Amino acid sequence: MRKVMTGNYASAYGAKAARAEVIPAYPITPQTSIVEKLAEFVSTGELRAKFVPVESEHSAMAACVSASILGARTYTATSSHGLALMHEVLMWASGARLPVVMTNVSRAMAPPWSVWADHMDSVAERDTGWMQFFCESNQEVLDTIIMAYKVCESRGIMLPAMIIEDAFILSHTSEPVDVPDQDAVDSFLPSYDPEMKLEVGKPMGFGSLVRPDQYMEFRYKSMLAMREARDRILSVETEFKQVFGRSYGGLLDEYMCDDAEVALVAAGSVAGTARTVVDRLRAKGMRVGLARIRAFRPFPFQEFRSLASKVSGIAVLDRSYTHGAAGAFFTEIQGALYDVPKRPAMKNYIAGLGGRDITPDVIERIFEDILVRCERGSDPEPEWIDVVGLPRRQS
Amino acid sequence: MSPVTIPEVEHAYPGSTGCPGCGANLVMRYLLKGLGERTILTIPACCWAVMPGYWPSHCLKVPMVYCAFEATGASLSGMRAALDMKGVEDVTVVGFAGDGGTVDIGLQALSGAAERETDALYVMYDNEAYMNTGIQRSGATPWGAWTATTPVGPSRDYKREPKKDIMSIMEAHGIPYAATVSVAHPEDFVKKAKKAKDVRGFKFIHALSPCPPGWKMNPMKTVEVARLAVDTNVFPLYEIENGRVRITKKGKGLPIKDYLSIQRRFGHLTEEEVKRMQESVDSSFKALEQREAREG
Amino acid sequence: MSRSYEDIPLTPISDTPSTMNMTGLWRVFRPVVDLDKCKKCTLCWKFCPDAAIVLVDGKPKIDLRYCKGCGICANECLAECIIMVKEEAE
Repeated sequence: MRKVMTGNYASAYGAKAARAEVIPAYPITPQTSIVEKLAEFVSTGELRAKFVPVESEHSAMAACVSASILGARTYTATSSHGLALMHEVLMWASGARLPVVMTNVSRAMAPPWSVWADHMDSVAERDTGWMQFFCESNQEVLDTIIMAYKVCESRGIMLPAMIIEDAFILSHTSEPVDVPDQDAVDSFLPSYDPEMKLEVGKPMGFGSLVRPDQYMEFRYKSMLAMREARDRILSVETEFKQVFGRSYGGLLDEYMCDDAEVALVAAGSVAGTARTVVDRLRAKGMRVGLARIRAFRPFPFQEFRSLASKVSGIAVLDRSYTHGAAGAFFTEIQGALYDVPKRPAMKNYIAGLGGRDITPDVIERIFEDILVRCERGSDPEPEWIDVVGLPRRQS
Repeated sequence: MSPVTIPEVEHAYPGSTGCPGCGANLVMRYLLKGLGERTILTIPACCWAVMPGYWPSHCLKVPMVYCAFEATGASLSGMRAALDMKGVEDVTVVGFAGDGGTVDIGLQALSGAAERETDALYVMYDNEAYMNTGIQRSGATPWGAWTATTPVGPSRDYKREPKKDIMSIMEAHGIPYAATVSVAHPEDFVKKAKKAKDVRGFKFIHALSPCPPGWKMNPMKTVEVARLAVDTNVFPLYEIENGRVRITKKGKGLPIKDYLSIQRRFGHLTEEEVKRMQESVDSSFKALEQREAREG
Repeated sequence: MSRSYEDIPLTPISDTPSTMNMTGLWRVFRPVVDLDKCKKCTLCWKFCPDAAIVLVDGKPKIDLRYCKGCGICANECLAECIIMVKEEAE
C-alpha cells in the first residue's frame, strides 16, 4: 500500500510492520512524531504492543534492555542529546547481546543549540557495539527497520541496530512510501524467539560480573558477531529484494563508481543530492561516482578497498567532526586503505553541520577539487566548506 | 516443636560473596521468603551486583537481571511490559537497589516507575552510604556519620545534612503500599513482603541494612544494631497502606546513644551532638505516632 | 578456569549455584556449638546472612564450607551455646 509520509512516519510504520512488542519512548525534537504515531497505533489496537512512557531517554533504553532480556521485541526512537544520554545503556544493549532496534533522527549536538541535521550524535556512538545504518530515503528507513530486526535477531549475531534518518530533511519531509503487506512481512520476519532469555522459574543471573581472565572472550564473541553481520546484512537484503523488490546496495552503496576517476563518499540524505550531481557531471563527460555509506557499523572495510582499486581519488564528506582529528568517516576510510597497492588521493570535506544545506553546488565543487587532488596528491588538512570568514573556493 | 517463625524454604544459596555479617544478605533472604519463587529481580550497580559471585555463580533460586546504576525503575517498567505482552501475570517483579542507587542516582527512574504505576515492588536496602565503592556518603547517610567523603579529621566535616526522607518522597507519589522493614524483625519483614506482593501497582519497601565495615562495627552486631535502630526509634517499623500509616512494631524507646555507641562511624560525636540527634529522633517519632493516631 | 570463547554463552549468564564459592575459607573465627546447651530457639538459623545453617531436629548444623564466621549466631543465641573460636587456635 503506497502512502505519502514523512521519514518519522516511515519509522513508525516500520516498527509496526515488524510487530515491536515493547516500545518505551521519550520525546525529543525532531523524533516526536515517530512515538506519537506509535502511541496512536497501540491505542487504536492496530499494533499489539506495550507503549511505556518513560521519563528519560536513559530510561527508554534501559526499559528496552530489560524487556529484551525477557524475550520481547523492542523498539524506540531518539535524537541527538537523547542518544547521548543513552550512551551507557547502548553499551548495555550490545554487551548483553540484545537485538534492540532504534531510530535515531540524526541531529546536531549543542551548544550552540541546534535542532537541525548533522551526524555528530550518531558518529559519537560508533563505538557502542550497535550496527548503524544511514538512510537516504523514507522508504529505506521503513525497509531497513524490518531488515534490521532480521539481521539483529539472527542466532550468530544478536546485536542491536540504529536506523539513522537525517533531522527534518527526512524526518519531516513527505515522500511516497510503500508500506509492505503485513503477511509478507510476517513470513519474512518471524516472531522473536531468542535462544537465551530470562524466564520466571529459571534461576539465573543475566549479565554477571566477569573476571579479567574471562572478559576478553565475551568481547571477542561480540567482535565475531559484528564481523558475521556483514554477510548477514547482504543475505537479508537479497531475501528482502526477492520478496519486496527493493534493495539499497549493501554496506556501501556505489553509484557510477565502476569506471569513475573519483568518488564522493557520503552518508544519509545528502546522497540523494549527490546522485543528481553525479548525473549532471557525467553528462558533461566527467567520470565521477558516489559511494554512499549505508552501514557505518559494521564498517564496509572490503568494500572501500574494492572502491580504492577502481578510482584515483576519494572525496570524503563528513557531516560531523572529531575535534583534534578529522571527520570520522575520513579517518576510518584512510585507515582501511593504508596498505592497498595503489592508494587513491584523498581529502576530507566538512559540510552541513547544524543543518546547513549541502547544495548541488557544494558537491560539484568537491568533485572539482578532488579531481585536482588526483594530480597533486592527498591533502591531509580537512576542508571546512563555506565557513563564513574563510576564503571561498571558486568553482 | 521448634519455634520457626518465618518460612523455612530458602531461595538463596550459601556462598554469596557478601561480607561476613552483611545485612543486605538478610534483606534478600527474608524478602524472598515472603515473595516466593514466582519472583524476578532487577538489580543495579550496588553491593548486590557483586554478591551473587563472579560468573557463572548465582546465589539465588530466582532469576535476576543486572541493570545500569540509575535504571532500576526503568528496568522494572520494561520487565513488566515484556511479561504483560507474554501474558505472564502471577509474577512479582522486584527492583532491589542500594540507598545510593535509590535516593541519589536512581531517583528519577524510580519516580518515573512509580508515576507510571508500574506493577512492581521496589526494595531499597539501605546501608546508608555507597558501601560497594568503599563507604562514600549518599543522600541516605544520616546526620553526624563519618564516611570516607565526610571525614572527621581536624575540621570535623562529618555529614552535616540530614538523611533524605525516601518514604515521604515515595508516599508523595500516591503509591498504594510503602513499608519499612528491619533484619532484626524477620516476621514483620516477611509479612510486609507478602502483603506488597498482593497489592497491584507500585510498592516500596525501605529496609535498614546494617553494614559492618561501613558502620565500623563487629560483624556479629548486625542484627543487634538493627534491633537497636527500632528500639531507639531511629528506624521505626511502619507501613503506609493507601495513605494510612500504621506502626507495626513498637520499639522500646531506648536512648539513641545505645544505637550510636556500637558503631564507630558515630564515635566522634559529642554529648551535645548526640542530644541534638535524640531530639530530632524524638520529634520525628512523635509526629509518626500522632499521624497514626489521627488515621487509625 | 578460564573457558574458551567457544564454550561460553553470548553474555555472562550465571546459572551455577554459588555453593561453588568456598566462602568458609574467609573465616577468621569459627562458631562452635554446644548442642547439649542448645534450647532450639532457632535464632542462629533465622539470622544467618549466608543461609549456612540448617536445622536438624531444631538444632543448628553449620556448614563450615560456607560460614564466613561473622558471629551473628553466637551474638543472637538465647542459650549462649555458640562461641567463636579463632581458626588458628583450634
